[in-house]
Amino acid sequence: MIHFIVHAPQDSVGVLVKDATKNQKLTGWNMETDATVEIVTKEDIPLGHKVALKSVKAGEKVIKYNVPIGKASQDITPGERVHTHNLKTARW
Amino acid sequence: MRKQTFLGYRRENGRVGVRNHVAILPVDDISNAAAEGVAANVAGTLGLPHAYGRLQFGEDLDLFFRTMIGTGSNPNVAACLVIGIEPEWTKQIVDGIAKTGKPVEGISIERYGDFKTIERGSRIAQKFVQDANERQRVECNVKELYVSAKCGESDTTTGLGSCPTVGSVLDGLDAVGATMSFGETSELTGAEDICKARAATAAVGEQFQKVFDAYQDLIRTQGVDLLGSQPTKGNIRGGLTTIEEKAMGNLQKIGKKCRYQGVLKEAEAPKGPGLWFMDTSSAAAEAVTLWAASGAVVHLFPTGQGNIIGNPIEPVIKLTGNPITAETMSEHIDVDISGLLQREYTLDQAGDKLWDMMIRVCNGRLTCAESLRHREFVMTKLYRSA
Repeated sequence: MIHFIVHAPQDSVGVLVKDATKNQKLTGWNMETDATVEIVTKEDIPLGHKVALKSVKAGEKVIKYNVPIGKASQDITPGERVHTHNLKTARW
Repeated sequence: MRKQTFLGYRRENGRVGVRNHVAILPVDDISNAAAEGVAANVAGTLGLPHAYGRLQFGEDLDLFFRTMIGTGSNPNVAACLVIGIEPEWTKQIVDGIAKTGKPVEGISIERYGDFKTIERGSRIAQKFVQDANERQRVECNVKELYVSAKCGESDTTTGLGSCPTVGSVLDGLDAVGATMSFGETSELTGAEDICKARAATAAVGEQFQKVFDAYQDLIRTQGVDLLGSQPTKGNIRGGLTTIEEKAMGNLQKIGKKCRYQGVLKEAEAPKGPGLWFMDTSSAAAEAVTLWAASGAVVHLFPTGQGNIIGNPIEPVIKLTGNPITAETMSEHIDVDISGLLQREYTLDQAGDKLWDMMIRVCNGRLTCAESLRHREFVMTKLYRSA
């Protein structure tokens, strides 16, 4: 059973492919390296939403597909949900 | 093994279509009633009402004629009746479509009124339909197809599953010499450098950059940004957070190998085989209408949260990697590739599933959108009419 997928090895987030609940140990798959990754959630995260795999300080770039997809608007720690409340576009 | 042949309609100019429509095309908004009157009278005709066609000028008028003539010229159209309020623009569209060699006639309403126009039009349309239905499908090669691709109501599963699945098919089509197109200018924001690098030549990459920058300038001159529109509320609900993230998912559609040969204006026909970038909106109905007008005969449409678009001219094949969408909106989804996200099969095997559905649809299978009468014909307008 895969709970989340990671696009590339440098990514700071994974994408949930199943709904997850707080304190759940999740198994992920890195599409590029075929490696298995594990993370414990700090909150409920629905299918399609992102879980942080690394710590990202406020103002730092969040990486997905091995490229920046925006900047953290507050500190993010592993296991947290990453979405509009803590990640903003760097474009507009 | 991906099947390389299908049964299609070979048109007078050699181009291949997968549908056999008799289109009733109004030139302008006020001719919709007559066009719909004819379509109601004669079984098997396809009325194409739309909102524009009066007092347009400049580039916007050029795009209007390109869209009208291109729609009637699409190889999925067997014959076309054009109805306008006055004879001159009607004739201009008829003459443009006539270059394909297909049956086309034009009538105008002034000095007749709707009653007589509908009667005259119905007699023409009846003959067109009876003749068109004698046309037989013949064996055609996949390389003769022109396929367009665009996603909608994307979410994070689109970038994981359905867009790369389309990419697998486009790489396969490119390898056999078919024609393909992608676009969505604003939705490449954040992935524009990667998109530029996928051009066949540096000069083509610069053309893309110019078109991309022009749209960014348009946004800036309005004194606004696209927050609230790009990503859409549906995208955000599905887990997409920023335009950069959406753009990276979007660009998975062009596969890993194929490079685009040139940059097309809205509704402009590709100049040869291979992949082409078209400057389009990211709104589904507007963009697919432009591709149909450029001659595309089948469209591949990845969706995450469940965009339900169809087009009257080119069948729209929808695929999703989102298991919730596949289950709750099954009447809209032609290909369910949600198993890809559980590693039940590989990306290329998902591509094989989509390829197989593309062949079946080209052979005549109705798409979900066709069976549900989704016929969104939405013209792109560049600015207000005079």
